[in-house]
Formats: sequence, structure tokens, C-alpha cells
Amino acid sequence: MLRIEVWNKPGFPDPRAEGLKKDISDLGISSIEHIDISNVYSLTGDLSQDDADRICKEVLVDPIVQDYRSEMTTGTPKRVNGFSVEVAYNPGVMDPIEFSLKKAITDLGIDNVNTIKTGNKYVLRGNVSEDNLQSIVNKLLLNPVIQHVVTSEEHRDADAHDCEFELTTVDLIGISDDELESIGSHKLSLNLEEMKRIQQFFTSIGRNPTDAELETLAQTWSEHCGHKTFKGKITLGDTVVDNLLKSTIAKATKELDKPWCLSVFVDNAGVIDFDGEYALCFKVETHNHPSAIEPYGGASTGIGGVIRDPLGTGLGAKPILNTDVFCFGTPDYPHEKLPSGTLHPRRIFKGVRAGVADYGNRMGIPTSNGAILFDDRYVGNPLVYCGTLGIMPSNIAKAGQQKPGDKVVLLGGKTGRDGIHGVTFASVDLTQESEDTSASSVQIGNPITEKKMLDAILKARDQGLFRRITDCGGGGLSSAIGEMAEETGVKVYLEQVPLKYSGLSYTEIWISEAQERMIVAVPPEYVQQLLDLCEAENTESTVIGEFTDTKRLELFYDGQQVCDLEMDFLHNGTPQVKREAIWEQPQHPEPDFDSPENLTNDLLNILGSWNVCSKEWVIRQYDHEVQGGSVLKPLVGVNEDGPGDATIVTPRLGSKKGAIVSNGVNPKYGDIDPYWMAASAIDEALRQIIAVGGSLERVALLDNFSWGNPTKPDRLGALVRAAQACHDLSLSYGAPFISGKDSLFNEYEVEGETICIPHTLLISAVAVMQDVSKAVSMDAKKEGDLIYIVGLTYNELGGSHYYSNHGFIGNTVPKVDAVKSKKAMDALSSATQQGLIAACHDCSEGGIGVAAAEMAFAGNLGISIKLDFVPLGEKIDRNDYILFSESNSRFLVEVKPENKDAFEKAMDVTDFAIIGEVTGSGTLTVSGIDNRQVIWATVEELKEAWQKPLRW
Amino acid sequence: MATPKALILRAPGTNCDEETGFAFELAGAQAELVHINELVSGRKALADYQILVIPGGFTYGDDISAGRILANEVRLKIGSRVREFTDQGNLVLGICNGLQVMVKAGILPPLSSDGTQELTLAPNDSGKFECRWSYLRANESSPCVFTSGMGIMYLPVAHGEGKVVANPKVWDHTSIAVQYCDEVGNIEEGYPHNPNGSEQNIAGICDKSGRIFALMPHPERHVIGTQHPRWTREGLKESGDGLQMFINAVNWVKST
Repeated sequence: MLRIEVWNKPGFPDPRAEGLKKDISDLGISSIEHIDISNVYSLTGDLSQDDADRICKEVLVDPIVQDYRSEMTTGTPKRVNGFSVEVAYNPGVMDPIEFSLKKAITDLGIDNVNTIKTGNKYVLRGNVSEDNLQSIVNKLLLNPVIQHVVTSEEHRDADAHDCEFELTTVDLIGISDDELESIGSHKLSLNLEEMKRIQQFFTSIGRNPTDAELETLAQTWSEHCGHKTFKGKITLGDTVVDNLLKSTIAKATKELDKPWCLSVFVDNAGVIDFDGEYALCFKVETHNHPSAIEPYGGASTGIGGVIRDPLGTGLGAKPILNTDVFCFGTPDYPHEKLPSGTLHPRRIFKGVRAGVADYGNRMGIPTSNGAILFDDRYVGNPLVYCGTLGIMPSNIAKAGQQKPGDKVVLLGGKTGRDGIHGVTFASVDLTQESEDTSASSVQIGNPITEKKMLDAILKARDQGLFRRITDCGGGGLSSAIGEMAEETGVKVYLEQVPLKYSGLSYTEIWISEAQERMIVAVPPEYVQQLLDLCEAENTESTVIGEFTDTKRLELFYDGQQVCDLEMDFLHNGTPQVKREAIWEQPQHPEPDFDSPENLTNDLLNILGSWNVCSKEWVIRQYDHEVQGGSVLKPLVGVNEDGPGDATIVTPRLGSKKGAIVSNGVNPKYGDIDPYWMAASAIDEALRQIIAVGGSLERVALLDNFSWGNPTKPDRLGALVRAAQACHDLSLSYGAPFISGKDSLFNEYEVEGETICIPHTLLISAVAVMQDVSKAVSMDAKKEGDLIYIVGLTYNELGGSHYYSNHGFIGNTVPKVDAVKSKKAMDALSSATQQGLIAACHDCSEGGIGVAAAEMAFAGNLGISIKLDFVPLGEKIDRNDYILFSESNSRFLVEVKPENKDAFEKAMDVTDFAIIGEVTGSGTLTVSGIDNRQVIWATVEELKEAWQKPLRW
Repeated sequence: MATPKALILRAPGTNCDEETGFAFELAGAQAELVHINELVSGRKALADYQILVIPGGFTYGDDISAGRILANEVRLKIGSRVREFTDQGNLVLGICNGLQVMVKAGILPPLSSDGTQELTLAPNDSGKFECRWSYLRANESSPCVFTSGMGIMYLPVAHGEGKVVANPKVWDHTSIAVQYCDEVGNIEEGYPHNPNGSEQNIAGICDKSGRIFALMPHPERHVIGTQHPRWTREGLKESGDGLQMFINAVNWVKST
């Protein structure tokens, strides 16, 4: 074996080592003096010394800043001074560098390398106890789910054994309910009723199922793929909801019947018309459970997966923007309180951020929208929402249809044992043992495989080489081909599927969730052309079957049939789920403290809270400029560091037409009433669109529910209420939902106690903007300009940051009067169209106080406001409540004095008032209803409070 | 003369090809996106173009180090054809990953006589990928065709490995073309004005002829007014600062 170590020369500090040192000191260990990190490569094969030298000098080592050692060895790492640990990937875990390195070595003309393994060696110097070293290894250097410490005899030679074909059947006919239940709950996540239905079916055809048939049914009927809860029959009090999706969210879309909705709820993403010639395609997904146990891999495959949704919609959309919303435990969560088997929130945060950034950046898709929320109920079950906006010619917006005889072509990555049982894993609660039992569900992404496939697909699409496309996501080939072939039937030859390594059984091939794969239906006459095109783009493509007209799912392995299922039973055989729901509004204690005389500290605390504080550390590590379309960036203002409300891109360079993307999410309100949480999220997403200069004329919404276990009636009751709000608000605003996704079972057990995440509904919105040159940013622009508030302020601090700051939740959750709100939004849109608005910021977390502070420091200008002038919807006699109320449908608007009359005329139909002005003082001053000053703070100190927490 | 033709080189992981093509078209060139496989196989010939562009991206994932694998592929498979192209007096532009590729392939600066690289792009001092806007000043004494007469410009950077580290003797045959600076052109500024810790605040370099030029910042991401991060407060300009670089290239080809 050839072992090569590469490290930085003295004088060229390794930034990775500096970062690690900081992470170690975050653990409270301060005695590490020095860290060296080396990249380790182990190559097997018949390599000469000359080959080894060339590989080092021409590929692995940068001669200016790096040094190396290469040796032929039996594998035992050398002893060094200090504590040394080497970490490598576990067998079977995808290692992108391995693939790239193989190519680079082949390019050198060296083609006798057999295997390549990579790893990292850490040498830590300093006076550190053995306990602390173990803690560093376990908490920072290694995730046992994907990595191991190399001891000796390593690197372990992975995976290389052959699989002897053996047809496996499962005895179901005639067995007892207990036995059925046991088979169903073990790995399949099927309940007794479903297992009985399967037993009945196979009894009627007189044979037992094969393992592949059973797995296919389990995946197709899983909550993840089948959305059993949303399609089920739910009893809530006196009402029975038959199919929650169709009777709420999709119902509103149907009633609105917008002609610009081109494809809704039927394909991998929703599609709306953009400019007559092109269409926008939008989807958001979650990847929660995988991110909990392996944050980097889970998040990167989350973004990788959702990118394939627009690509797999219609005949394929080009991804143009990513949006990411994360929910974690607080970064300062005490290590000693951490449930066993759980990674610390800070580590999850860093891993997720890196996974999303590395994947999105490599794909060349700007990540320019998102949010990050913190609540300690997410400690054991973080949420990772990833979304992608795409663009495609509008004449191919609708899903295609294959014909019998069309070939099934698999594109992209090879298949390995990664991600087996991912969807069934997503359809149960996490337990302490999840980390152990679900390791095979973890996937690592390889963005370049996906990028190559993307390039090839868009070319093939433009040449009209395929009739239909879908992505391999949860459930792998089983879901992709099973769903695609529902109307026709299909034969698949599993031995044709290209594998990463030998040894996979036919069932593993069929259900593997290996990443970066898509399926296209190709007319036989175009097959060769498609294969040639893929080869020219360095992407793998393989014919693995053909569509039939039998309406059967038939799988073969080396000529033997391993699955023969009727499509009708597969897709319609599942019994409708019946569930009980209850809903009772919880009663939280009402706050009993007096309004503080001075509210400056409260404002600084809210600005510096994890939820509100600046996310610049994350945003700058995303490429939000690639593709060149960015018009309004996530960070705006005089120093380009203020919090923009929504992002605007021009998907077609040179055109003035833009797409606005925003999101609304506030799980705190769900602790009081999920109906108003959902309503608030919708209002917030729409407010942001209006704030940047958009209009409600063409806005489409996505719903993403991350919820607790829906078999528990209180969780389900909350879900029903939230879905009802989606229906009601969608109708009132005229903003249809076009797609969505639910991730249920987000609960985890800690020492016998079940913790449920806060019910979290993410609303994502996309709007078409006619002329991006009308866009407005939130930063204060000029001294002397007037500050208006639009919308009424109510005593609505339930779930607010202000209450939370004082240890209360309260009950007065913000509500939405959508009819009134829509009027105000329409008026504001018309004012921006007329160029009357200099700056606009929506009031959300922290109310008027936070909005005014953010406008001031983003513009590096002062603002002075009087609470006495704030128009109220009900009597409020406290300064703190007026300043920090989180009432919906409100905006702070900056208007030049010369536009005063025109602006007021445009806003005539709604509630608004001048509450202050932009000043040159460099301070935010707020005087209360009694004319006493309640806030006086410099913009520097406000900004510092806001930036400090996440300046990592 | 005929419209200048720019070949925008694509490889697995290239991702700024379309907007770079757009910038060249805006500047009056005809841009064509060509996959490296098409050059290797001979389906496309460099001789049909006057400008070769290696655009931004993460070619081959930037696995091992940024641009390394494509650099080897270019050097080993089409190296002599690229040399012929430059010897004939054509233009070469590298942007971001393009600079990383050119440096590691020995296109700019050339490798030393024993084949080693004399300048590199090391990981940013901040240890992070940085997406931010930077002021740049064109070095007036540089022969660079692309930045001629450009003064101070504002362009975004987006990279994790952009820190220029060089063997001093490289400056015998290579010139500093653009440097990070503050808004008034002061080139001694540290982070974040210099986003990666480059020595001498170097953002871009060119050969002695000025025809081979590459830089870390992205001129193609600032060719229209709405791309400027502060246009909503400073007003909408007709074009972005980066456009002139493409116009300079096009005009140069037209004039020769």
C-alpha cells in the first residue's frame, strides 16, 4: 500500500486547524497549544516509486504551501510526538475525493490503482487529559455513523464480496396477527392493518411475497411517500375531515383556479407561468432525521435531493435559487444536559451549514434566502428545510407520459448500500438508538455527480430525447420507477444497475437511496443519442428496463423474476388511515410584570437573541451571486450587512422580470394556536414580498409541515388547525398553494420521556415581479425622510420575543385580518410601483422596535419615532407592548418628504400614520405614549448586539 | 472585422459559464460554451476562437485542491494546443476557478524549468468560503489588456481558496494586474477588503504581454446595474463595473 501524508509547511497555518482550535475552546478545553492536520491517502495497486512521486507532485501536493511524505507501508501509522488520531470513512460510505482522485491519476496515464481511501490525521499538542482528548475526538473529529478511528491494519478494505443470488420469500400466508405485526414493525414500518391487507392480497393470488415485493409495498405505503395522514380520515370533534390535503390546502388552489398555475400538486414541484415563455418551478423538502445523526451528509443530501425535484418536474427545470431554513437547539445548550446519542446543537448547526453550502456552491445555485430558528425542543430532532426554485420553458411544464416500449434509463450516480430504508426511517420517531440502527440510512452527497447529470439532462431535454423524467429520492428506484410506471407497467433488470461495489442483493439495489440519480423514459430511437450525450458530459447512463402495457411491476435479476405486483394494488391497495384528533387551546400564564421605564435593554436583548441576531456568518459562506441574477441580496444596506426581507433574482439575464422568494415561519405562535401560527407565517411571507416592491398579483405558496407523531390526537388536532388556516388565508390573499410536503414523527425519546418538536410550518412564497428596477431595500436611506407605519398594532404579544425575554409565552397570539391586510399590501405595491417608497421593512419578531433598529443600522442613520402616533387596533396603555407587539400585516416605510402627499393618497384605503423620521444623529430614539424617552441607543451598539452572537 | 469569438470552457463542475457568456455577448462578442471533451476529441478547435475563457465553478468538485484536476487535464491533454493559441497572440481569461486552473496548469504563470508551480492560491486566511463584494484597483503599470484604463471597480468574490502566495521570482515574468483595495483605492487594506489574505492584496495577475489574465473576483457578476449590492440606495447605473473588462477584450481583438 502507498501511504501519502500531506500537510502545510511552517509559515502557512492551516485554517482548518485554527477552526478546530476554536471549536475545542468552545468545549471548554483551553490547554491545546498546537494542532497539525494532514490529509492522508492510501492507495493500493501495482505502483512504482515513479508513479508515487508523480501522484504526489502533480496531483496531491501544492509545492508552495504544502509538504508531504509518501511511503510504501503495511499500514500502521507512525508514532508522533503529541496525541495523534487518524479518522477515515467507514466502509461503504461515499467518499467524493476517492472518485475525483481516481480520475486525476488516470489522467496522468497511471491506470493500475486499485483502491483509494482518504482520511485526516490530527496531531494535538498541549497538556490535555485523556478524558478531554476522548471528548475532542468524539465531539469534534469523528462521527461514528460514517467515520472511524484508524488503528492499525487499516484502511479497512470495504465491501468487496460477491452476492450469491438467492430468491427470498417471506411467509405471510396463514401466519398470526402477532407474527404479522412483528414483521411489519421490523424495518418495514407497516402497521397491522396494512400487513393484513398484504396478507390478504397474497393469499388471494396463492403465493407468498418476495422480500422485494414487501419492501416495495412498505416504501410506497410509507408516511414519507404515501402521506397517509394527509390523505386519511380524521375525526376532530364533530367533524370528519376526509383527506386533509384535498379538503383544505389543495381545495383553496382549486377554488382560486388561477390560469397561471401550470402544474400543481401532481409533479415533483409546483409550476407557475413566469413570462409566457418560461415557467417557474418551486419545491421545498425536509431532511430532518438524517441531519440529526449525520448533519453534513444529511443536509447535503437534503439540498441535493430537492435540486432534483425541479429537475424532475415537467420535462426538467434548471435550478436557479436555493432557500434553506434550519431549526436547531440553542448553540449554548449545556453539554451535560445533552441526551445520549444526540449531537450538540452547535455541531449540528455547523455540519448542516457546511453540508448545504458545499453542495449548493458546487452546484452553482445561489443560496439567497432562508432562516435559522432556535428552540431547545429541536435538540434531539433538528429540522432542515431545503428548497429549490427552477425555470423551464412553459410548454414542458406538465409531467410527461411514457409509452409502452420506451426504455427506462438510469442517469447519474452509481448505486451502493447508502440510504437503505431512509423513507421508513423518516416515518417513525427518533430514539436514542437511532444513531446505531439507522447508520445505513445515512448518505453522503457528491455534488459534482449531480452537476454533470444536471448539465446532461438539460441538454437532452432541449434535444427532446426523453418523454418523462423523475428523480430517485426517498425509496430509490422503487419509488421512482414504481410511481412513474403506475399508468403503464414496467420491467426492470436489476443486474443492469451500475454499482459502486459488488455484493448488493437485488432488493438492496431496488430500494437503495443512493444519491444523484434520475430516471428518464426514452423512446427506443433516441436511446443511443442519449447515451452518447451523457458520455460527452461525463455522466453515467444505463438502460435498465422498459415500460410495458401490463400495469404490472416486474423486476428481474439475472433472468429470474423477483417481483411481480399489480400496479393497482401497489398504489391503491393501502387502506385509508383513520385517525382521531383533538384540539384544545393551551392556557399559558399571563405576564404579570410592569412595563420597564427604559426599554433599551429589552431591545438589545431581542436583537441579540439567537432567533433575531445576524446570520451573516452563514450567508457569506453561501455563494448567493452565482448565475448573475441577484437583484436584491440577502444582506443589504450601506455596509451590505443589514437583514433584507426577501430576495429577488432575474432568472433570464438581460430581462427586467424577476422572481421574489421569501419565507414565513414562527413556531412560537404554534405553542398557543397553530391556526394563527399558520396564518402568521403566510402573512409574513407575503409581507416580505410586498416590502421589497412585489405585489400579490402572482404569488404562489408552498407548505412544509414538520410535526410530531400524527397518531397522537393532540398533534393531529394542531395539524388540522394549521391546514385550515392555510386554506382560509390562501383564499383571502388569492395566493394558491402549488406544492408542499409533510414530515411527521418529529419526536424523540429521552430517558423514557417523549419530546415533541414545536409544530413548525414553513411557508415559502415565490412571486413574479414585472420590473425589478422598482425594487426597494429595507435600509434607511436619507436624513429627513419620514417614517410611516402601515397597519394596526394590537395587544398581541403571545409567543413574542418580548414575552419570551421575560420568561412568558402568554396567550394573545397575533392574528391576521386578511381582507384588511390585502388592501394594505395592494396599496403599498402601488406606492412602490410609483416610486414613492425609499425603504420598507416588515414588522415581525420584535415588532416595531426591532424593525426600526434594523432599518437604522442597515442604513447607518438615526431614526426617531413616537409611540404616541402608532395607530392601535385596541387600547394599549403600555410602551413596551406597543413597541414589541408582533401584530401581523405591518410595515415601516420610509418616504421622502416630497412624496408625502402622493404616498398618503396611495395609502388612503388603509390604516397608516407618520410615526417619526430618519435622523442624522446616529441613534435610535423612541419616545413613549407619555412622551418620555424609552429607547436611546446608538446604531453601533444596536448593530453590535445584533451581530455579536453569531460572529463565529 | 468579424465579431470576436470567445470560447467559454466547460468541464464537470463549471458553473459560471452562462453568465460569463452573457457578459461577452453584452460586450459584443459571440460566446460559445464548449466542453473540454470537445476540445480533447478535436470536435472543436481553439483556432476558431480569439478568446479562451476558463470560467468559475468547482471543477471536479475542487476535490484535492481547487482547480487541480482540470488543471492537469488541460496541461496533459490540450496543453500544447493552448500554448499554440497563446503564442498566436490570442487572449486568455481565467475567472476564480479559472485562475486556480491556470495557475496549476502552468498557463499563468508558467511552471519553472523543473516543472514546479511558482504561485498558488491557498485557502483563505479566514478559513471560510467568502461571498462578498470587494473594491479592486487596476494596476496602471500592468500591461493587462483586460483592465486597461479601468481604475477602481467593485466586484464580488466567492471562493474558499483565493490567497495568492508566490515565489518572488515569479514577478520577473508575471505582472500584478488587479489588487484589493478600499473604496478610494488604498491597496494596503486588510480583511475584509482583502477577503483572503493574498500577499500584496493581489486579486489578479497577467503575463508580460497582458493578453493572458486571470483573477479571483467575478467581473461577469457585475455587468448590469441591478447586480450592484447597493443600487437600491445609490441609484441604478446603466452597466456594472465588470463590463469594461469584456469590452476591452473585444475591442482589443477587433483592433488587431
